[in-house]
Amino acid sequence: MSVSPEMAFFVDANRCIGCQSCVQACAECDTHKGHSMIHLETIQREDSPQTVPVVCMHCDSPTCAEVCPADAIKRTSDGVVQSAKKPRCIACNNCVLSCPFGVPKMETKFELMMKCDMCYDRTSEGKKPMCATVCPSQALTFGPKDEIIKQRQSSTPVNEFKFGNQHIKTKVFMMVPKNTKEQYIDVTASMNDSSISQNMEDHLADVSLDFLGE
Amino acid sequence: MQKEVKKSLLNSIIVTLLLGLSIWLGSRNLRHFDAALVGYTFATLFAAFAITYRYTMWLQRPPTELYWQRGWQLMFTPKYFPSNVKFLIGRIITIIGGNSFIWKRSKERGLAHWLIMWGCILAAAITFPLVFGWLYFIVPDGDLTSYKIVAFGFPTLAFKIETTLGHLIFHGLVVASFLVILGVMLAFRRRMRDKDAAVLQSFSEDIMPLFLLFSISITGLFLTVSYTWLKGYGYSFLSIFHAITVIFTLISLPFGKFFHIFMRPAQFGVAIYKKIGKEKMAKCDRCEIEYASEMHVNDLIKVQKKLGYAYELNDGTGHYQRICPRCRRLLLGLSQGKLWHMKPVKD
Repeated sequence: MSVSPEMAFFVDANRCIGCQSCVQACAECDTHKGHSMIHLETIQREDSPQTVPVVCMHCDSPTCAEVCPADAIKRTSDGVVQSAKKPRCIACNNCVLSCPFGVPKMETKFELMMKCDMCYDRTSEGKKPMCATVCPSQALTFGPKDEIIKQRQSSTPVNEFKFGNQHIKTKVFMMVPKNTKEQYIDVTASMNDSSISQNMEDHLADVSLDFLGE
Repeated sequence: MQKEVKKSLLNSIIVTLLLGLSIWLGSRNLRHFDAALVGYTFATLFAAFAITYRYTMWLQRPPTELYWQRGWQLMFTPKYFPSNVKFLIGRIITIIGGNSFIWKRSKERGLAHWLIMWGCILAAAITFPLVFGWLYFIVPDGDLTSYKIVAFGFPTLAFKIETTLGHLIFHGLVVASFLVILGVMLAFRRRMRDKDAAVLQSFSEDIMPLFLLFSISITGLFLTVSYTWLKGYGYSFLSIFHAITVIFTLISLPFGKFFHIFMRPAQFGVAIYKKIGKEKMAKCDRCEIEYASEMHVNDLIKVQKKLGYAYELNDGTGHYQRICPRCRRLLLGLSQGKLWHMKPVKD
Protein backbone atom coordinates (compact mmCIF):
# COMPACT_ATOMS: atom_id res chain seq x y z
CA MET A 1 0.00 0.00 0.00
CA SER A 2 1.28 3.47 -0.81
CA VAL A 3 0.04 7.00 -1.38
CA SER A 4 -1.20 7.49 -4.93
CA PRO A 5 1.10 9.72 -7.02
CA GLU A 6 -2.04 11.50 -8.27
CA MET A 7 -2.79 12.86 -4.81
CA ALA A 8 -0.97 15.72 -3.14
CA PHE A 9 -1.17 17.70 0.09
CA PHE A 10 -1.60 21.49 0.01
CA VAL A 11 -1.20 23.98 2.84
CA ASP A 12 -2.52 27.52 2.65
CA ALA A 13 -2.14 29.29 5.98
CA ASN A 14 -4.08 32.27 4.58
CA ARG A 15 -7.23 30.22 4.81
CA CYS A 16 -6.63 29.00 8.38
CA ILE A 17 -9.25 30.21 10.85
CA GLY A 18 -7.57 28.73 13.93
CA CYS A 19 -10.51 26.46 14.77
CA GLN A 20 -8.19 23.68 16.01
CA SER A 21 -10.22 21.00 14.21
CA CYS A 22 -7.01 19.69 12.64
CA VAL A 23 -5.31 19.50 16.04
CA GLN A 24 -8.15 17.46 17.48
CA ALA A 25 -8.62 15.23 14.42
CA CYS A 26 -4.91 14.55 14.10
CA ALA A 27 -4.93 12.72 17.43
CA GLU A 28 -7.52 10.29 16.07
CA CYS A 29 -5.27 8.93 13.36
CA ASP A 30 -4.42 5.26 13.93
CA THR A 31 -0.70 5.65 13.28
CA HIS A 32 -0.27 8.03 16.23
CA LYS A 33 -3.36 7.38 18.30
CA GLY A 34 -3.97 9.95 21.02
CA HIS A 35 -1.10 12.19 19.93
CA SER A 36 -1.67 15.24 17.82
CA MET A 37 1.25 15.75 15.48
CA ILE A 38 0.13 18.98 13.87
CA HIS A 39 1.47 22.33 15.09
CA LEU A 40 -0.88 25.28 15.06
CA GLU A 41 1.14 28.46 15.49
CA THR A 42 -0.02 32.06 15.71
CA ILE A 43 1.86 34.82 13.96
CA GLN A 44 1.44 38.55 13.53
CA ARG A 45 1.19 39.43 9.88
CA GLU A 46 1.27 42.98 8.59
CA ASP A 47 -2.45 43.53 8.90
CA SER A 48 -3.74 40.89 11.35
CA PRO A 49 -2.86 37.90 13.50
CA GLN A 50 -2.93 34.63 11.63
CA THR A 51 -2.89 30.99 12.67
CA VAL A 52 -0.57 28.70 10.75
CA PRO A 53 -0.99 24.93 10.62
CA VAL A 54 2.38 23.20 10.23
CA VAL A 55 2.46 19.59 9.07
CA CYS A 56 5.45 17.51 7.98
CA MET A 57 6.44 18.71 4.53
CA HIS A 58 7.98 15.30 3.65
CA CYS A 59 11.28 16.49 2.18
CA ASP A 60 12.78 14.72 -0.82
CA SER A 61 16.06 14.63 1.06
CA PRO A 62 14.93 14.62 4.70
CA THR A 63 17.47 16.24 7.01
CA CYS A 64 15.79 14.53 9.99
CA ALA A 65 16.53 11.09 8.50
CA GLU A 66 20.08 11.90 7.52
CA VAL A 67 21.08 13.23 10.93
CA CYS A 68 19.48 10.29 12.72
CA PRO A 69 22.30 8.33 14.37
CA ALA A 70 20.10 5.24 14.70
CA ASP A 71 19.00 5.24 11.04
CA ALA A 72 15.46 5.09 12.40
CA ILE A 73 13.70 7.47 10.02
CA LYS A 74 12.73 6.08 6.66
CA ARG A 75 11.13 7.64 3.59
CA THR A 76 8.82 5.21 1.84
CA SER A 77 8.94 4.90 -1.95
CA ASP A 78 5.88 7.17 -2.27
CA GLY A 79 7.84 10.04 -0.68
CA VAL A 80 6.30 9.94 2.80
CA VAL A 81 8.80 10.39 5.63
CA GLN A 82 7.61 8.05 8.36
CA SER A 83 7.84 8.44 12.13
CA ALA A 84 10.96 6.94 13.71
CA LYS A 85 11.06 3.16 13.76
CA LYS A 86 10.23 2.20 17.33
CA PRO A 87 12.91 -0.46 17.86
CA ARG A 88 15.62 1.89 16.63
CA CYS A 89 14.85 5.41 17.88
CA ILE A 90 17.17 6.33 20.75
CA ALA A 91 15.44 9.63 21.50
CA CYS A 92 18.51 11.75 20.77
CA ASN A 93 16.50 14.74 19.47
CA ASN A 94 18.70 15.24 16.38
CA CYS A 95 15.65 15.12 14.12
CA VAL A 96 13.69 17.59 16.25
CA LEU A 97 16.55 20.08 16.15
CA SER A 98 17.46 19.55 12.49
CA CYS A 99 14.10 19.63 10.75
CA PRO A 100 14.06 22.96 8.88
CA PHE A 101 10.30 23.21 9.35
CA GLY A 102 10.39 22.42 13.11
CA VAL A 103 8.02 19.47 12.78
CA PRO A 104 9.10 16.32 14.72
CA LYS A 105 8.04 15.96 18.34
CA MET A 106 10.00 14.12 20.98
CA GLU A 107 7.87 11.96 23.25
CA THR A 108 10.38 11.71 26.09
CA LYS A 109 8.36 9.22 28.14
CA PHE A 110 8.26 6.82 25.16
CA GLU A 111 11.90 7.56 24.21
CA LEU A 112 10.52 8.05 20.73
CA MET A 113 10.30 10.71 18.03
CA MET A 114 6.84 11.04 16.57
CA LYS A 115 5.81 13.17 13.66
CA CYS A 116 3.13 13.77 11.08
CA ASP A 117 3.19 10.81 8.68
CA MET A 118 0.42 12.16 6.46
CA CYS A 119 -1.93 9.71 8.26
CA TYR A 120 -0.30 6.89 6.36
CA ASP A 121 -2.95 4.37 7.39
CA ARG A 122 -5.48 6.53 5.56
CA THR A 123 -3.57 8.08 2.66
CA SER A 124 -2.06 4.74 1.65
CA GLU A 125 -5.65 3.52 1.22
CA GLY A 126 -6.72 6.51 -0.86
CA LYS A 127 -8.35 8.44 2.00
CA LYS A 128 -7.52 12.00 3.05
CA PRO A 129 -5.38 12.71 6.13
CA MET A 130 -7.46 13.47 9.22
CA CYS A 131 -6.55 17.18 9.25
CA ALA A 132 -7.50 17.72 5.61
CA THR A 133 -10.73 15.80 6.16
CA VAL A 134 -11.96 18.13 8.91
CA CYS A 135 -10.45 21.48 7.89
CA PRO A 136 -13.54 23.69 7.27
CA SER A 137 -11.67 26.34 5.29
CA GLN A 138 -9.51 23.93 3.29
CA ALA A 139 -6.32 25.52 4.57
CA LEU A 140 -5.22 21.89 4.55
CA THR A 141 -6.27 20.10 1.38
CA PHE A 142 -5.51 16.69 -0.04
CA GLY A 143 -6.39 15.98 -3.63
CA PRO A 144 -5.26 15.92 -7.24
CA LYS A 145 -2.89 18.78 -8.07
CA ASP A 146 -4.63 19.83 -11.30
CA GLU A 147 -7.92 20.10 -9.43
CA ILE A 148 -6.43 22.47 -6.85
CA ILE A 149 -4.81 24.60 -9.55
CA LYS A 150 -8.17 24.82 -11.32
CA GLN A 151 -10.09 25.68 -8.16
CA ARG A 152 -7.69 28.28 -6.75
CA GLN A 153 -7.11 30.59 -9.62
CA SER A 154 -5.12 33.30 -7.86
CA SER A 155 -2.66 30.98 -6.17
CA THR A 156 -0.20 28.36 -7.20
CA PRO A 157 1.39 25.47 -5.27
CA VAL A 158 5.13 25.47 -4.63
CA ASN A 159 7.19 22.79 -2.96
CA GLU A 160 10.62 24.36 -2.83
CA PHE A 161 12.01 26.24 0.15
CA LYS A 162 15.21 28.07 0.98
CA PHE A 163 16.80 28.09 4.41
CA GLY A 164 19.92 30.19 4.23
CA ASN A 165 21.99 28.53 1.52
CA GLN A 166 20.04 25.29 1.67
CA HIS A 167 17.42 24.46 -0.90
CA ILE A 168 14.80 21.87 0.12
CA LYS A 169 12.17 20.24 -2.09
CA THR A 170 9.15 18.65 -0.46
CA LYS A 171 6.25 16.34 -1.25
CA VAL A 172 3.78 18.73 0.42
CA PHE A 173 2.89 21.98 -1.37
CA MET A 174 2.32 25.47 0.00
CA MET A 175 0.09 27.91 -1.81
CA VAL A 176 1.67 31.21 -2.92
CA PRO A 177 0.27 33.99 -5.11
CA LYS A 178 0.18 33.18 -8.79
CA ASN A 179 2.98 34.79 -10.74
CA THR A 180 5.21 35.03 -7.68
CA LYS A 181 8.64 35.88 -8.98
CA GLU A 182 10.55 33.13 -7.19
CA GLN A 183 9.44 29.53 -7.51
CA TYR A 184 10.39 28.87 -3.90
CA ILE A 185 9.66 30.26 -0.44
CA ASP A 186 12.66 31.90 1.21
CA VAL A 187 11.93 31.02 4.84
CA THR A 188 14.95 32.74 6.36
CA ALA A 189 14.10 35.98 4.54
CA SER A 190 11.58 36.65 7.31
CA MET A 191 14.16 36.26 10.06
CA ASN A 192 13.82 39.79 11.32
CA ASP A 193 10.05 40.15 10.96
CA SER A 194 8.19 40.37 14.22
CA SER A 195 5.66 37.68 15.03
CA ILE A 196 2.93 37.70 17.62
CA SER A 197 3.85 38.06 21.26
CA GLN A 198 3.67 35.09 23.57
CA ASN A 199 0.84 36.72 25.59
CA MET A 200 -1.30 37.24 22.59
CA GLU A 201 -0.71 33.68 21.43
CA ASP A 202 -1.74 32.31 24.83
CA HIS A 203 -4.84 34.45 24.71
CA LEU A 204 -5.77 33.15 21.27
CA ALA A 205 -5.15 29.56 22.36
CA ASP A 206 -7.44 30.10 25.39
CA VAL A 207 -10.16 31.46 23.17
CA SER A 208 -9.89 28.44 20.88
CA LEU A 209 -9.98 25.99 23.77
CA ASP A 210 -12.98 27.78 25.32
CA PHE A 211 -14.71 27.38 22.03
CA LEU A 212 -13.99 23.64 22.17
CA GLY A 213 -15.36 23.48 25.71
CA GLU A 214 -12.08 22.46 27.35
CA MET B 1 37.93 -0.87 -1.41
CA GLN B 2 36.41 2.00 0.56
CA LYS B 3 37.99 3.02 3.86
CA GLU B 4 34.75 2.30 5.77
CA VAL B 5 34.45 -1.19 4.30
CA LYS B 6 38.09 -1.99 5.10
CA LYS B 7 37.64 -0.91 8.71
CA SER B 8 34.43 -2.91 9.05
CA LEU B 9 36.00 -6.04 7.57
CA LEU B 10 39.01 -5.72 9.84
CA ASN B 11 36.84 -5.34 12.94
CA SER B 12 34.70 -8.30 11.87
CA ILE B 13 37.75 -10.51 11.41
CA ILE B 14 39.15 -9.47 14.82
CA VAL B 15 35.86 -10.10 16.66
CA THR B 16 35.30 -13.47 14.95
CA LEU B 17 38.85 -14.59 15.73
CA LEU B 18 38.50 -13.45 19.35
CA LEU B 19 35.24 -15.38 19.71
CA GLY B 20 36.85 -18.44 18.10
CA LEU B 21 39.81 -18.14 20.45
CA SER B 22 37.55 -17.79 23.50
CA ILE B 23 35.69 -20.95 22.42
CA TRP B 24 39.03 -22.76 22.05
CA LEU B 25 40.32 -21.61 25.42
CA GLY B 26 36.99 -21.75 27.31
CA SER B 27 36.38 -25.33 26.25
CA ARG B 28 39.95 -26.25 27.22
CA ASN B 29 41.30 -26.88 23.71
CA LEU B 30 37.87 -28.08 22.56
CA ARG B 31 38.04 -31.00 25.04
CA HIS B 32 34.59 -30.08 26.36
CA PHE B 33 33.22 -28.86 23.06
CA ASP B 34 30.20 -30.90 21.97
CA ALA B 35 30.76 -31.77 18.31
CA ALA B 36 27.00 -32.27 17.84
CA LEU B 37 26.58 -28.53 18.36
CA VAL B 38 29.09 -27.47 15.74
CA GLY B 39 26.34 -26.08 13.48
CA TYR B 40 25.30 -23.64 16.21
CA THR B 41 28.92 -22.60 16.70
CA PHE B 42 29.52 -21.81 13.05
CA ALA B 43 26.22 -19.92 12.81
CA THR B 44 27.27 -17.87 15.85
CA LEU B 45 30.68 -17.14 14.36
CA PHE B 46 29.01 -16.02 11.13
CA ALA B 47 26.57 -13.86 13.13
CA ALA B 48 29.47 -12.30 15.07
CA PHE B 49 31.24 -11.47 11.80
CA ALA B 50 28.21 -9.95 10.10
CA ILE B 51 26.98 -8.09 13.19
CA THR B 52 30.40 -6.51 13.69
CA TYR B 53 30.54 -5.56 10.01
CA ARG B 54 27.15 -3.85 10.08
CA TYR B 55 27.82 -2.28 13.47
CA THR B 56 31.13 -0.79 12.32
CA MET B 57 29.57 0.52 9.11
CA TRP B 58 26.76 2.02 11.20
CA LEU B 59 29.22 3.68 13.58
CA GLN B 60 30.91 5.40 10.66
CA ARG B 61 27.80 7.36 9.64
CA PRO B 62 28.55 10.99 10.61
CA PRO B 63 25.79 11.41 13.24
CA THR B 64 26.43 7.97 14.78
CA GLU B 65 30.18 8.50 14.84
CA LEU B 66 29.77 11.79 16.63
CA TYR B 67 27.48 10.37 19.33
CA TRP B 68 29.74 7.35 19.74
CA GLN B 69 32.79 9.56 20.34
CA ARG B 70 30.96 12.10 22.49
CA GLY B 71 29.27 9.36 24.53
CA TRP B 72 32.56 7.72 25.55
CA GLN B 73 34.31 11.07 25.98
CA LEU B 74 31.63 12.33 28.38
CA MET B 75 31.27 8.99 30.15
CA PHE B 76 34.93 8.96 31.17
CA THR B 77 35.36 12.67 31.92
CA PRO B 78 36.61 12.45 35.54
CA LYS B 79 34.28 15.25 36.69
CA TYR B 80 31.19 13.37 35.55
CA PHE B 81 32.30 9.75 35.92
CA PRO B 82 30.82 8.95 39.38
CA SER B 83 27.44 10.52 38.59
CA ASN B 84 27.46 8.84 35.16
CA VAL B 85 27.92 5.40 36.72
CA LYS B 86 25.03 5.99 39.14
CA PHE B 87 22.88 7.39 36.35
CA LEU B 88 23.68 4.48 34.04
CA ILE B 89 22.88 1.84 36.64
CA GLY B 90 19.46 3.42 37.13
CA ARG B 91 18.86 3.63 33.38
CA ILE B 92 19.96 0.03 32.78
CA ILE B 93 17.55 -1.23 35.44
CA THR B 94 14.58 0.77 34.17
CA ILE B 95 15.27 0.77 30.44
CA ILE B 96 16.75 -2.69 29.87
CA GLY B 97 15.50 -4.55 32.92
CA GLY B 98 12.01 -3.10 33.00
CA ASN B 99 11.49 -1.81 29.45
CA SER B 100 9.80 1.15 31.17
CA PHE B 101 9.48 3.24 28.02
CA ILE B 102 7.78 0.44 26.07
CA TRP B 103 5.19 -0.13 28.82
CA LYS B 104 4.35 3.57 28.55
CA ARG B 105 3.65 3.15 24.83
CA SER B 106 1.06 0.51 25.74
CA LYS B 107 0.73 -2.23 28.34
CA GLU B 108 0.25 -4.90 25.69
CA ARG B 109 3.39 -3.75 23.88
CA GLY B 110 5.37 -3.56 27.10
CA LEU B 111 4.33 -7.02 28.27
CA ALA B 112 5.01 -8.60 24.87
CA HIS B 113 8.49 -7.08 24.60
CA TRP B 114 9.36 -7.78 28.21
CA LEU B 115 8.42 -11.47 27.91
CA ILE B 116 10.24 -11.95 24.61
CA MET B 117 13.32 -10.07 25.80
CA TRP B 118 13.71 -11.91 29.10
CA GLY B 119 12.94 -15.24 27.43
CA CYS B 120 15.69 -14.63 24.89
CA ILE B 121 18.18 -13.37 27.49
CA LEU B 122 17.57 -16.44 29.65
CA ALA B 123 17.86 -18.80 26.68
CA ALA B 124 21.02 -17.10 25.40
CA ALA B 125 22.62 -17.15 28.86
CA ILE B 126 22.06 -20.92 29.05
CA THR B 127 22.73 -22.04 25.48
CA PHE B 128 25.71 -19.99 24.30
CA PRO B 129 28.07 -21.08 27.13
CA LEU B 130 26.94 -24.72 26.64
CA VAL B 131 27.45 -24.58 22.87
CA PHE B 132 30.88 -22.99 23.23
CA GLY B 133 31.95 -25.61 25.78
CA TRP B 134 32.35 -22.90 28.42
CA LEU B 135 29.94 -24.72 30.72
CA TYR B 136 29.47 -28.40 31.33
CA PHE B 137 28.31 -30.68 34.14
CA ILE B 138 30.16 -33.41 36.02
CA VAL B 139 29.06 -35.91 38.65
CA PRO B 140 30.98 -34.93 41.79
CA ASP B 141 32.87 -37.72 43.54
CA GLY B 142 30.61 -40.54 42.37
CA ASP B 143 27.48 -38.94 43.90
CA LEU B 144 24.91 -39.83 41.23
CA THR B 145 22.25 -37.62 42.83
CA SER B 146 24.26 -34.43 42.23
CA TYR B 147 25.82 -32.38 39.47
CA LYS B 148 28.61 -29.86 39.53
CA ILE B 149 28.80 -26.96 37.06
CA VAL B 150 32.21 -26.45 35.48
CA ALA B 151 32.76 -23.01 33.97
CA PHE B 152 35.74 -22.43 31.67
CA GLY B 153 37.29 -25.56 33.17
CA PHE B 154 36.88 -24.36 36.78
CA PRO B 155 34.52 -26.32 39.09
CA THR B 156 31.80 -24.11 40.58
CA LEU B 157 28.38 -24.78 42.09
CA ALA B 158 27.26 -28.32 42.97
CA PHE B 159 23.56 -29.07 43.35
CA LYS B 160 21.21 -31.98 43.95
CA ILE B 161 19.39 -33.00 40.80
CA GLU B 162 16.02 -33.73 42.40
CA THR B 163 15.60 -30.35 44.04
CA THR B 164 13.83 -27.16 43.02
CA LEU B 165 17.18 -25.59 42.10
CA GLY B 166 18.12 -28.65 40.06
CA HIS B 167 14.79 -28.60 38.33
CA LEU B 168 15.09 -24.90 37.53
CA ILE B 169 18.61 -25.31 36.14
CA PHE B 170 17.61 -28.17 33.86
CA HIS B 171 14.35 -26.58 32.80
CA GLY B 172 15.61 -23.05 32.28
CA LEU B 173 15.02 -23.36 28.55
CA VAL B 174 11.45 -24.55 29.13
CA VAL B 175 10.80 -21.41 31.19
CA ALA B 176 12.44 -19.30 28.46
CA SER B 177 10.29 -20.97 25.79
CA PHE B 178 7.07 -20.20 27.64
CA LEU B 179 8.11 -16.58 28.14
CA VAL B 180 8.91 -16.19 24.44
CA ILE B 181 5.76 -17.97 23.23
CA LEU B 182 3.51 -15.81 25.42
CA GLY B 183 5.29 -12.66 24.24
CA VAL B 184 5.13 -13.71 20.58
CA MET B 185 1.40 -14.42 20.88
CA LEU B 186 0.77 -10.98 22.34
CA ALA B 187 2.92 -9.37 19.64
CA PHE B 188 1.06 -11.27 16.90
CA ARG B 189 -2.26 -10.27 18.42
CA ARG B 190 -1.27 -6.61 18.23
CA ARG B 191 0.06 -6.95 14.70
CA MET B 192 -3.20 -8.54 13.55
CA ARG B 193 -5.46 -5.98 15.24
CA ASP B 194 -3.70 -2.60 15.22
CA LYS B 195 -4.11 -0.52 12.10
CA ASP B 196 -0.83 1.32 12.67
CA ALA B 197 1.04 -1.97 12.74
CA ALA B 198 -0.84 -3.26 9.70
CA VAL B 199 0.01 -0.29 7.53
CA LEU B 200 3.80 -0.40 7.82
CA GLN B 201 4.71 -3.93 8.84
CA SER B 202 6.53 -6.20 6.44
CA PHE B 203 6.95 -9.95 6.48
CA SER B 204 10.74 -9.95 6.59
CA GLU B 205 11.09 -7.13 9.12
CA ASP B 206 8.21 -7.78 11.52
CA ILE B 207 6.53 -11.15 11.00
CA MET B 208 9.48 -13.40 10.25
CA PRO B 209 11.33 -12.63 13.54
CA LEU B 210 8.20 -13.58 15.48
CA PHE B 211 7.85 -16.79 13.47
CA LEU B 212 11.47 -17.64 14.14
CA LEU B 213 11.20 -17.04 17.88
CA PHE B 214 8.03 -19.10 18.01
CA SER B 215 9.61 -21.94 15.98
CA ILE B 216 12.68 -22.10 18.21
CA SER B 217 10.58 -22.14 21.36
CA ILE B 218 7.98 -24.67 20.24
CA THR B 219 10.51 -27.11 18.75
CA GLY B 220 12.58 -26.75 21.92
CA LEU B 221 9.52 -27.64 23.99
CA PHE B 222 8.79 -30.60 21.70
CA LEU B 223 12.27 -31.92 22.48
CA THR B 224 11.49 -31.80 26.22
CA VAL B 225 8.13 -33.49 25.64
CA SER B 226 9.80 -36.16 23.50
CA TYR B 227 12.42 -37.18 26.06
CA THR B 228 10.23 -36.66 29.15
CA TRP B 229 6.99 -38.34 28.18
CA LEU B 230 7.41 -40.04 24.79
CA LYS B 231 10.59 -42.04 25.38
CA GLY B 232 12.47 -39.98 22.81
CA TYR B 233 9.94 -40.41 20.01
CA GLY B 234 11.02 -38.43 16.94
CA TYR B 235 13.90 -36.92 18.88
CA SER B 236 16.41 -37.02 15.99
CA PHE B 237 14.03 -35.28 13.61
CA LEU B 238 13.02 -32.74 16.26
CA SER B 239 16.59 -31.93 17.20
CA ILE B 240 17.47 -31.29 13.54
CA PHE B 241 14.33 -29.21 13.07
CA HIS B 242 15.16 -27.21 16.22
CA ALA B 243 18.75 -26.70 15.05
CA ILE B 244 17.52 -25.37 11.69
CA THR B 245 15.28 -22.78 13.39
CA VAL B 246 18.09 -21.66 15.71
CA ILE B 247 20.73 -21.50 12.98
CA PHE B 248 18.40 -19.55 10.69
CA THR B 249 17.74 -17.08 13.51
CA LEU B 250 21.44 -16.68 14.30
CA ILE B 251 22.18 -16.02 10.64
CA SER B 252 19.36 -13.47 10.45
CA LEU B 253 20.56 -11.54 13.53
CA PRO B 254 22.64 -9.00 11.58
CA PHE B 255 20.10 -8.34 8.85
CA GLY B 256 16.66 -7.68 10.21
CA LYS B 257 14.81 -6.44 13.24
CA PHE B 258 17.03 -8.33 15.68
CA PHE B 259 19.86 -5.90 14.93
CA HIS B 260 18.16 -3.39 17.23
CA ILE B 261 19.48 -5.50 20.13
CA PHE B 262 22.96 -4.26 19.26
CA MET B 263 21.96 -0.71 18.39
CA ARG B 264 19.93 0.09 21.49
CA PRO B 265 22.78 0.49 23.99
CA ALA B 266 23.48 3.76 22.12
CA GLN B 267 20.47 5.03 24.09
CA PHE B 268 22.70 5.22 27.18
CA GLY B 269 25.34 7.33 25.46
CA VAL B 270 22.58 9.68 24.33
CA ALA B 271 21.15 9.88 27.86
CA ILE B 272 24.55 10.93 29.25
CA TYR B 273 24.98 13.43 26.39
CA LYS B 274 21.63 14.99 27.21
CA LYS B 275 22.23 15.00 30.97
CA ILE B 276 25.57 16.77 30.73
CA GLY B 277 24.41 19.03 27.89
CA LYS B 278 21.82 20.65 30.16
CA GLU B 279 24.61 22.46 31.97
CA LYS B 280 24.95 24.92 29.11
CA MET B 281 21.89 25.65 27.06
CA ALA B 282 21.73 27.44 23.72
CA LYS B 283 19.30 30.31 23.19
CA CYS B 284 17.43 30.74 19.94
CA ASP B 285 18.94 33.56 17.88
CA ARG B 286 15.45 34.83 17.13
CA CYS B 287 13.31 34.48 20.29
CA GLU B 288 16.21 34.11 22.75
CA ILE B 289 14.53 31.22 24.55
CA GLU B 290 16.64 28.19 25.55
CA TYR B 291 15.82 25.26 23.29
CA ALA B 292 18.74 22.78 23.26
CA SER B 293 22.18 22.24 24.69
CA GLU B 294 24.96 24.37 23.22
CA MET B 295 26.99 21.20 22.65
CA HIS B 296 24.14 19.60 20.71
CA VAL B 297 23.61 22.62 18.48
CA ASN B 298 27.34 22.91 17.70
CA ASP B 299 27.61 19.17 17.03
CA LEU B 300 24.62 19.21 14.71
CA ILE B 301 26.13 22.06 12.70
CA LYS B 302 29.24 19.90 12.21
CA VAL B 303 27.21 16.80 11.31
CA GLN B 304 25.05 18.70 8.82
CA LYS B 305 28.14 20.11 7.16
CA LYS B 306 29.63 16.62 6.86
CA LEU B 307 26.40 15.42 5.29
CA GLY B 308 26.56 18.21 2.72
CA TYR B 309 23.85 20.51 4.09
CA ALA B 310 24.32 24.28 3.91
CA TYR B 311 22.02 25.85 6.47
CA GLU B 312 24.37 28.83 6.94
CA LEU B 313 22.46 32.10 6.64
CA ASN B 314 23.01 34.09 3.45
CA ASP B 315 24.49 37.12 5.19
CA GLY B 316 27.14 34.97 6.82
CA THR B 317 26.09 36.08 10.32
CA GLY B 318 24.60 32.89 11.61
CA HIS B 319 23.30 29.41 11.12
CA TYR B 320 19.73 28.22 10.76
CA GLN B 321 20.50 25.53 13.34
CA ARG B 322 20.59 28.34 15.91
CA ILE B 323 16.88 29.00 15.37
CA CYS B 324 14.55 27.02 17.65
CA PRO B 325 11.98 24.64 16.11
CA ARG B 326 9.07 26.89 17.10
CA CYS B 327 10.62 29.94 15.43
CA ARG B 328 11.18 27.84 12.31
CA ARG B 329 7.45 27.14 12.15
CA LEU B 330 6.68 30.82 12.68
CA LEU B 331 9.15 31.79 9.96
CA LEU B 332 7.45 29.44 7.53
CA GLY B 333 4.11 31.15 8.17
CA LEU B 334 5.62 34.62 8.03
CA SER B 335 7.46 34.02 4.78
CA GLN B 336 4.40 32.58 3.08
CA GLY B 337 2.31 35.48 4.35
CA LYS B 338 4.86 37.98 3.13
CA LEU B 339 4.39 36.77 -0.43
CA TRP B 340 0.66 37.38 -0.13
CA HIS B 341 1.22 40.83 1.25
CA MET B 342 3.32 41.66 -1.78
CA LYS B 343 0.55 40.40 -4.03
CA PRO B 344 -2.70 41.10 -2.18
CA VAL B 345 -5.04 38.92 -4.20
CA LYS B 346 -7.82 36.73 -2.89
CA ASP B 347 -8.90 33.29 -4.05
